[in-house]
Amino acid sequence: MTTTAAAPAQVAESAVVPSASDVAALIAEAPVPRPTLLRTFSAMMAREFRVLRRNAVSTFTRAVMQPLLFVFVFAYVFPKIGGGFRLGGTAGGAAAAGSVTFSTILVPGLMASMLLMQGIMAVTFPLVMEFSWQRTIEDRALAPVPIRVLAIQKITAGAVQAFLGACIVFPIVLLVHAPGQGPHVHVTSWPLLIFILAAASLLTSALGLLLGTVMDPRKMQMLFAVILLPATMLGCVYYPWAALHNIRWLQLLILINPMVYMSEGLRAVLTPVLPHMPMWAVLLALVGGTAVFGYLGTRTFTRRVLN
Amino acid sequence: MRMHRDTAGHQDGDVMTGPSGYALRTEDLRKTYKSSRGDVPAVRGIDLGVGPGEFFGLLGPNGAGKSTTIGMLTTLVLPTGGRAWVAGLDVVADPVGVKRRIGVVTQNNTLDMQLTVAENLEFRSRFFGLSLREASRRADQLLEVFGLADRSKAMSTDLSGGQAKRLLIARALVHRPDVLFLDEPTAGLDPQTRVNLWDILRVLHAQGQTILLTTHYMEEAEALCERIAVMDHGEVLASGTVNELKDGAGAETVITVRYEDAIPADLTARAGLAERRGVRKVEADGDYVRVFTREPDGVLGELVTAGSAAGLTVRDATQLKPSLETVFLSLTGREYRD
Repeated sequence: MTTTAAAPAQVAESAVVPSASDVAALIAEAPVPRPTLLRTFSAMMAREFRVLRRNAVSTFTRAVMQPLLFVFVFAYVFPKIGGGFRLGGTAGGAAAAGSVTFSTILVPGLMASMLLMQGIMAVTFPLVMEFSWQRTIEDRALAPVPIRVLAIQKITAGAVQAFLGACIVFPIVLLVHAPGQGPHVHVTSWPLLIFILAAASLLTSALGLLLGTVMDPRKMQMLFAVILLPATMLGCVYYPWAALHNIRWLQLLILINPMVYMSEGLRAVLTPVLPHMPMWAVLLALVGGTAVFGYLGTRTFTRRVLN
Repeated sequence: MRMHRDTAGHQDGDVMTGPSGYALRTEDLRKTYKSSRGDVPAVRGIDLGVGPGEFFGLLGPNGAGKSTTIGMLTTLVLPTGGRAWVAGLDVVADPVGVKRRIGVVTQNNTLDMQLTVAENLEFRSRFFGLSLREASRRADQLLEVFGLADRSKAMSTDLSGGQAKRLLIARALVHRPDVLFLDEPTAGLDPQTRVNLWDILRVLHAQGQTILLTTHYMEEAEALCERIAVMDHGEVLASGTVNELKDGAGAETVITVRYEDAIPADLTARAGLAERRGVRKVEADGDYVRVFTREPDGVLGELVTAGSAAGLTVRDATQLKPSLETVFLSLTGREYRD
């Protein structure tokens, strides 16, 4: 039954020849294109939002699970079973012993980790796909804008997704905890918070672009082992930087990890009760890192598109 | 953000050709890829000129440099030497201007896999500056003409090979390109879909669309193109209309006879081939003899007789009438293989 139903459709499908008059109309009625940088850029962003909206549930479910389970186990389960983490009283000095819950440490840390995850998920993975196999990147590369604008657009789109991801994680890490184990969150400056979130989003997205253009698609699993995991575990997500003063070599070594500045920057504006890096260092690293990764990423991107 | 200068031209009707009168032109265009094993020349200085409204074919086997050439003309491959203009604009100096005036059907399926069929057209239209409403109208119109209206809401990944090709062509036409580039458009399609695609291209051409197509199918170039450039190893070996090419280099019938064993040195002399009327060239090498002649009658018989006189059995024999295949054979001395 199904085969007989399908057959006529296939016959019709295989013999589509537009009539001369249709094609003549198609050519005659073609709108005169008036592309400008801004219009093309906006259209490309609109395309990203269309795709994001279509995949929103899966994208954010995937993203939210890790921080959700993390706060659930460490801020709810552990305190309940009597094994709650407490930041040692000697750490950093500013935090009085026993007065700071682990969830306080986790709020900025998990938001930063979300930013990194989203930046890479939103930019690196699709990019590796676009460069491999069918080279679908050529579709966008043929749009009437310079190739570097396409790179900047990808960074922007990735940053928006990372920013949204962090905003979604915020209430989760704020609200999921055992009674009395809530985080001490106090926003010192909303504009500064938003600026840090935005700068960190751009940083991870620019890093995502760079990784996406230099990664060998066959070695994508390495991304987790070599980049995501060390960046997160050694990125002051689960402890403040000042607390590492007992392991001086590690404290200095991880200064090369951009995650550190994202976590510490958010710590400074969200949970000032904890020790944190000076704001100038954070801002310098976030803005400088975005510029460096953005420059390098745009350059390697352009080189890979134009061979 | 700097706005791109809205260059003049692309007014109603006329294809912009620049001062040369060509829709597309190259001058000693070259591309050499750098690799760890040294330089690999892909295109070694080609000169092409395609007039407005012309259907032009680049014909050659895989690796001839066709795709690299099309890559340079569509601004995605940077030339390492020479120059090229599309619609009068230099492809290196003004890639954005060139991209505004061309439509490209890539060899691969470069449809946006995350979007539906209609969205592929709508967003491409918007990339070219059309408003939302214009883009949606244009998409509807293209879907209708290319027989994809009933698939408009399907994801582009769900299309059949033929449908995907039609959508790629439709997408290349959203903004009425001055030149439509098609890189191996029928590679990998079944014969029926291929013929259907040819019909579509013929209709487009009949309506004045300038088309540059690359193909490694002789019959495709012969069936569609007004003029052809035969490429091999990064060079244009000959160019002209199909008839010009056949009258020139490939005017001869090519007869190849392969024997079971190596041929003796005097076989061709014994057969008296060189003295026959119409014979231009006789090649004898290893186990085969190949004759290029304008008067093929009887040649095959002579070769078989001469062979058996020398105690040789014929393994196989082919006789090619003047065609692009004989053009290629005559130009390269090699048989045409895909």
